[in-house]
Amino acid sequence: MNETTTGSILTTEGVPLKVSLQKAEKRNKIRAILLVAPLLVFILVTFLIPIGDMLLRSVDDSYINTVFPKTFKEYKKWDRQDLPSEELYKTMFFEVKDSEGYAIGKASTRMNYAKSGWKSLLKKSKRKFKKIEEGPYKEQMIAIDKKWADMEYWKALGVMVDATTAGYYLNAVDLKYNVDKEIVRQKENRRIYNHTWIKTFKVSVLVMIFCLMLGYPISYLLSTLPLKYSNLLMICVLLPFWTSLLVRTVAWMVMLQQKGVFNNLLVMANVIADENRFKLMYNETATIIVMTQILLPFMVLPLYSVMKTISPNYMRAALNLGASPLHAFWKVYMPNSVPGISAGCMLVFILAIGYYITPELVGGKDGQMVGNWIAYHLKTTLNWGLSAALGAILLGVLTVLYWVYNKLVGIENIKLG
Amino acid sequence: MALPSYATTGQKIGWYSFLTYCGLVFFFLIAPIFVILPLSFSSSPFFEFTREFMNFEPEAWSLRWYRQMVGIASVGDTTVVSNKWMLGTRNSFIVGISATFLATALGTVAALGLSRPHMPFKGTIMAILISPMIVPLIITSAGMFFFYSKIGLTHTYLGLILAHTALGTPFVVITVTATLTGFDTNLIRASQSLGADTVRTFFKVIMPLILPGVISGALFAFITSFDEVVVVMFIGSVEQITIPKQMWAGLRQETSPVILCMATCLVALSIALLTTVELLRRRSERLRGIKLRN
Repeated sequence: MNETTTGSILTTEGVPLKVSLQKAEKRNKIRAILLVAPLLVFILVTFLIPIGDMLLRSVDDSYINTVFPKTFKEYKKWDRQDLPSEELYKTMFFEVKDSEGYAIGKASTRMNYAKSGWKSLLKKSKRKFKKIEEGPYKEQMIAIDKKWADMEYWKALGVMVDATTAGYYLNAVDLKYNVDKEIVRQKENRRIYNHTWIKTFKVSVLVMIFCLMLGYPISYLLSTLPLKYSNLLMICVLLPFWTSLLVRTVAWMVMLQQKGVFNNLLVMANVIADENRFKLMYNETATIIVMTQILLPFMVLPLYSVMKTISPNYMRAALNLGASPLHAFWKVYMPNSVPGISAGCMLVFILAIGYYITPELVGGKDGQMVGNWIAYHLKTTLNWGLSAALGAILLGVLTVLYWVYNKLVGIENIKLG
Repeated sequence: MALPSYATTGQKIGWYSFLTYCGLVFFFLIAPIFVILPLSFSSSPFFEFTREFMNFEPEAWSLRWYRQMVGIASVGDTTVVSNKWMLGTRNSFIVGISATFLATALGTVAALGLSRPHMPFKGTIMAILISPMIVPLIITSAGMFFFYSKIGLTHTYLGLILAHTALGTPFVVITVTATLTGFDTNLIRASQSLGADTVRTFFKVIMPLILPGVISGALFAFITSFDEVVVVMFIGSVEQITIPKQMWAGLRQETSPVILCMATCLVALSIALLTTVELLRRRSERLRGIKLRN
């Protein structure tokens, strides 16, 4: 051992041991990071950045500013008291006239969200402006359509002058900006999202509860049976887990439809009359039944792995001390299985809340969840801002749940069989 | 656990009703999957058990939908123009196998890094790597749709493969890290002190021990890709048909019993994969000397 006068220990090369150790630690750290780096970068580029990019759309309002830059500049000077000046009409006139029809169409869709009527107004105006050669423009525009003299339309533009907007988030919870940029509730017949949010939570909670009710007893059975039998029964849990989601959904359609297996059996057994077959398909009930079956393995696996560690001696001791079986279960076994319950419930809830395929196929109109509305706006109405806002809220809720799950259970403890 | 011989009548009733309840739950889990198997051999164009079918009348049973699935049949007078099912099968395998290879390579290496004691921010990084499994597919698809179309990856096989790789890696990371817990790091030191370099150590010492986990992860990644429909619908082109996409189309537009035939094949595939994974798990537990399933 080399001992210097200052008392620090040196390695054979004469470097203090502390420094040498730190170096080695650092090297190990870098090596570990280098191993993880490729996947981390891959996930970042192919997965996280695309999602972040989409979420930006929920506040993005810049497109319309690229179509009407001068108008919006001029607009900011307007006092919002009387009709705008000739100057503002003129800039609007030229920007509508000179823009591509495609750009006007896209911009007018956005303007229609702020005040319906803009789209038809711009479409008509774009056509008729071609004939107007010289000013004054204000009167001629009003002559084309009286809406140009309507203050409401001009005021509504004020909602869009900024490049970012909270409007889509407001829409996602049944609120909106009125033309004066005050937050108001949507009209009665357009309030759909709060209802959808409540439904999504309701379905997810019900699925979670049903999964627990069905999963807890079988996990208990699996954990107490001899390995020989439990392995065999475990196949029943794992096979659905490995079977395609679509296959299982098809199977449920066969089971639940009006002339499906379930109704047929009931009719055959004379429980119900042929004309009173249950409507089990294309409604919320179907969504809940099918999602429960699909997510049940995610409840059973964590429950089983926790229950496996509970020694049967605890129950024996409780029974020995005079507790009734129910009392012993409630006071001794159940508290021990709580980690499994929380892990299973959280996982099922997290997976259920974003479901799309199953509600889409078996839910009908009544069983649609937030995921379905996101898809609807992405594919059908092309209101991407709104679907991004719905997605962002959903993702926000999930991030909180995921964080809690990670704290409680540890993400690396997810069970896959 | 069974009932002791001194159990009272009440306990017996309780125990047997518990068993019945469990039996019903297992039935609930398994029955829907097996209900489609016989139905795929029905000649009826609807998804239902007809009376003739139940009475085993020969004309009610047929292989016509299977023939149509593999493309050698005609429906009535009109012959089936194109065979989307076989095209879908081919595409599903191309995308699935490529994505599996990528996901397994990336995931295994990352799991090795994550299992090292020196890894900083382990929890956070793990949470990020697992997130593709947690984020709803519809959000993932929307993000990929916008971003991939910006960089020209939509409507390409590369785009699909990359997307499915991202979705499959969490499974590889989870299974391989699980196999690596309880991995004796002294084996690596022993190998290195005997003169093997890092690569040789990896292939000769680490790999054989973690192989069951790697294969399980790979199979999970494969089935994830093979079963995935939302991303394919969003970023794939019309011609890029995969099996799930064709099934989806079949369910939404032309409800054809060919779906049931394909579903039967997929059930057979999942049974095969599940058996493989179970055998591997047992082997792995034997190797590590763990008796209990965990």
